[in-house]
Amino acid sequence: MVSRKVSRRRFVAGTAAASTAFVAAPFVRGAYAAGKLSLGLWDHWVPNANGATEALIKEWADKEKVEVTIDFITSQGNKLLLTTAAEAQAKSGHDILAMSTFLPARYSEQLVPVNELVEQLIKDNGKVNGTVEYLGKLDGKWLGVPATVGSQIKGPCSRIDLMKELAGLDIQAMYPAGEPPKADNWTLDTFLKAAEACHKGGKPFGIGLGTTSDSVDTIGAIFHSFGAVLVDAKGEIVLKNDQVRQALDYYKKLMAFLPPDVPSWDDSSNNKWLISGNGALIMNPPSAWAVAKRDAPKVAEQCWTHGFPAGPKGRFGPFLPFFWTTWNFSKNQSAAKSLLAYLSTASAAEKMVVASGGYDLPSFEKLTTFKVWQEEGPPKGTLYHYPNPHNHQILSIAAAPAPHKIAEQIYTQGIQTQMAVRYFKGETMEKTLDWASGEIEGFMRN
Amino acid sequence: MADVAARGAVRGAGALTSDGRSSLHKLMQRKSTIAFLMALPLITLIAVLVAYPAGYAVYLAMLNKGMNRFVGLGNFGFLFGRDTFWMVVYQSCLFAITAVIFKAIIGFVVAHFVHNIPSKGQRKWRGMLLVPWVIPPAMSTLAWLWLFDPSYSAFNWILEHIGMDRVAWLGETGWARFSVILVNVWIGSPFFMIMYLAALKSVPEQLYEAASIDGATWWQRIWYVTLPMMRNIIAITALFSLIVTFANFDIVRVLTKGDPLNTTHVFATWAFRVGIESGDIPLGAAVSLFMVPILAVAATFILRDITKRGSEV
Repeated sequence: MVSRKVSRRRFVAGTAAASTAFVAAPFVRGAYAAGKLSLGLWDHWVPNANGATEALIKEWADKEKVEVTIDFITSQGNKLLLTTAAEAQAKSGHDILAMSTFLPARYSEQLVPVNELVEQLIKDNGKVNGTVEYLGKLDGKWLGVPATVGSQIKGPCSRIDLMKELAGLDIQAMYPAGEPPKADNWTLDTFLKAAEACHKGGKPFGIGLGTTSDSVDTIGAIFHSFGAVLVDAKGEIVLKNDQVRQALDYYKKLMAFLPPDVPSWDDSSNNKWLISGNGALIMNPPSAWAVAKRDAPKVAEQCWTHGFPAGPKGRFGPFLPFFWTTWNFSKNQSAAKSLLAYLSTASAAEKMVVASGGYDLPSFEKLTTFKVWQEEGPPKGTLYHYPNPHNHQILSIAAAPAPHKIAEQIYTQGIQTQMAVRYFKGETMEKTLDWASGEIEGFMRN
Repeated sequence: MADVAARGAVRGAGALTSDGRSSLHKLMQRKSTIAFLMALPLITLIAVLVAYPAGYAVYLAMLNKGMNRFVGLGNFGFLFGRDTFWMVVYQSCLFAITAVIFKAIIGFVVAHFVHNIPSKGQRKWRGMLLVPWVIPPAMSTLAWLWLFDPSYSAFNWILEHIGMDRVAWLGETGWARFSVILVNVWIGSPFFMIMYLAALKSVPEQLYEAASIDGATWWQRIWYVTLPMMRNIIAITALFSLIVTFANFDIVRVLTKGDPLNTTHVFATWAFRVGIESGDIPLGAAVSLFMVPILAVAATFILRDITKRGSEV
């Protein structure tokens, strides 16, 4: 056994040094005098896209003398979701945490309201769309700052060549780069005819009908286009209406032209469908195109991202915003707000968008015309219409305007896609509606 | 006996020391105390990682959705009225029972094949046949996902090349259920194989010789010698596998996420969907706890049978 003896002389010297340091400490301005801040941010799909956020945070931290730690947490395998749930349970964790879509509302009682900050950002950067307000603002309180990183529109990404050849549609002429859309004829009827033509031509549209986000977002937008609401803003189940019936009838026709296994598609299936060259259209942000640029450049050269087809009640596109939120147990809330203000400036947002190759979308109106969307390619201009620069479509989310706690469950359990699949598989309309009604009743409990 | 002797020796020594020290010394000399102390790290581990989470899950399952009110068994009562819940019960039973039966049959057959391979080459075969079981299931299931993938399915590629139609492996309820069970059988059969192989090796050769002398056929040898000698191993392996298969999460989560139409959800995946993804943690906890009574009934029957046979022996 080894033991170490401390001599009297050594003990006295050590005590004196420690005492001096202790007394002097409050008078020394350290490198991180303004405290510590920890961030849990969404880990970007796009390689090196985290770098821009990291650089901006470092810039702010150096200026404000705050010691910052950043964890980029992947959403693969629901890791970010699990981290959020664990932190909410433990009442301990990151000071700033990225939350997507319905999560700020889920944890509203544990989040610090950021009204002043968001209202100032709206003054500076322009208003946010209705979906951002629906998801991020509850009872007059902004629950988080709409984040640039990770926010996305899941619009159609079409194959220019296949749409022209099989469906007779010139997508580039309908959505010309640098100009407003000329797509009045781009309606759900045209869409259905194009789906049929591409199916006949052996290149069906790849639209999922599983219960994951991509499938739910698409059907959500199409339901909105018909004005088909399952639960109204007061929380009443109103799904037995003509609009829902019309939407289901439409989906029944559409499904006949989709690949047979779409009821099991997840969020990667449509990407693979496009990149493999099997399909003429998918509904996705430009990540599939970005992967195609690397893995299937010939496919990527023919991709064009554009707006949704219009239905009887308007043209709706799915928008999924992320929010940067601050827990009410965060120990450095003032620093968190200061950093979020810094990350939300126009110049910071542009840096993030550029780093993501145009994938990320700021939620503010004045920030949808960055050069990157005009210049990204090939083909050049393929992302011009991605951020909805001409407000050609109303940005929406599935299950709105239901109260959040009901809407979230309609969304995560894919009630709309399940309705479409049930009806397509031969269940009667009334039975499908009864089933959905029963499921949603179960979501109402408190 | 040794414990008693040790205690006697300690008693003699204890008389020479003070009372407190003597009783502590006595306690430490007991075999049961030493055994308890040696098991203490494991007991602590089980308490922290199993007992506490299980107790916490029971507590959570008795809260309302907002987790601010005690509702007793309300969540369980609520689940009884849900169609989707009963579908999950049906699917979990179908998944677990079918998979265990096939794993047992395949394991039994393969164990016999391996048993009959000359001992020189047997080790290689045993090693190769264990591969599906030793690969982390999430990884191997990803490989299966690629085989079933709508765009790149190797199976469909083969089917197309022999002039058959593509199959929606994960898109049709029947095929999707078949696929998740198939992957579970593929992963789990080697476990049965290795357990049965160990059991086969312990069957005395003289019994087979006696059976042969009596003119027993191949089938009679299996039915009257092998199976009775393996009954306990078969029962314990089946019980263990049933528990693990019922609680399976990764295969369904990776392959289908419960789709199409929730028809491939098992308890664990649906609990995750309801509790974590949909934000209803108490209901998710209640779903996951439903495995307990089902497995408890199965365990009681199987273990009672084993105990009965043990006492007969």
